[in-house]
Amino acid sequence: MKARIRITLKNGVLDPQGKAIQNALAALGIGGVDDVRQGKYIEVQLSETDEARAKETVERMCKDLLANSVIENYSYELAA
Amino acid sequence: MLRASVIVFPGSNCDRDVQVAIEKITGFPVKMVWHGDASVPASDLIVLPGGFSYGDYLRCGAMAAHSPIMRDVIAKAKAGTPVLGICNGFQVLCESGLLPGVLMRNASLKFICRDVTLRVDNAKTFFTNCYRKDQIVRLPVAHAEGNYFADTETLDRLEGEGRVVFRYCDEAGEATPEANPNGAQRNIAGICSENGRVVGLMPHPERLFELPLGGADGRRMFESALVSALEPMV
Repeated sequence: MKARIRITLKNGVLDPQGKAIQNALAALGIGGVDDVRQGKYIEVQLSETDEARAKETVERMCKDLLANSVIENYSYELAA
Repeated sequence: MLRASVIVFPGSNCDRDVQVAIEKITGFPVKMVWHGDASVPASDLIVLPGGFSYGDYLRCGAMAAHSPIMRDVIAKAKAGTPVLGICNGFQVLCESGLLPGVLMRNASLKFICRDVTLRVDNAKTFFTNCYRKDQIVRLPVAHAEGNYFADTETLDRLEGEGRVVFRYCDEAGEATPEANPNGAQRNIAGICSENGRVVGLMPHPERLFELPLGGADGRRMFESALVSALEPMV
């Protein structure tokens, strides 16, 4: 199975990189951008075929390493 | 005999500097311990040095926090061994859970390499008891991710328990927004564990520990460690 994991900054956590991207978009003349928040996207190929067990593994990797719960949220989807 | 260990991660680059500082100031023999080792030799203090462990992949300090040696560092810290984390070492301490919070990208998005003034808010930790409380010191910072962040509850707890050790301040000792180089919450430059034996800070005491280096304000951190190590364990 493949896990597609998204890691995003929690609400209220300042995102200076997102702000810099927003400013760069404005400099390019791309208007109408109210806010930009940036994050990470990680694809993990799992040998596991059972969805419940795969979920358990992905939860653990997100909690233990991929996301820092002080500042980040994670979400993911599993695909065959 | 008193002994110190410096943990070396792939990408550490202040490990030798801190080794020299410890040897010159405390006289402790220093063991350099590789990140892949399973255990730290018996030590009276452990230092996690500055640098770019694992190339800062994923998040600064995140990979190092899960390296084999850190399991033993965490166990020893919990058993009372003093641990000092400098710059990247502070990031590793936060990622490993030995200290709360996280170091985020500087608010300016720029790598900052210059001297800053700091106020010593806690002069009772293992690594700061040779400073005076509210003493103003000058130390260099060199980081892109030194912007200390924790939720309000954690910050209030740290302040309430006197666990903010260093704060960025102006020449008069005021923790102003202008004196804050990186956007750190409440101008926090360094914090400690509940027992004051684990200390993490972004500035580099080992880079200004004797006058030929341009200043000696970092010297007292190592003198503090010496004095503390000579006192019987409480």
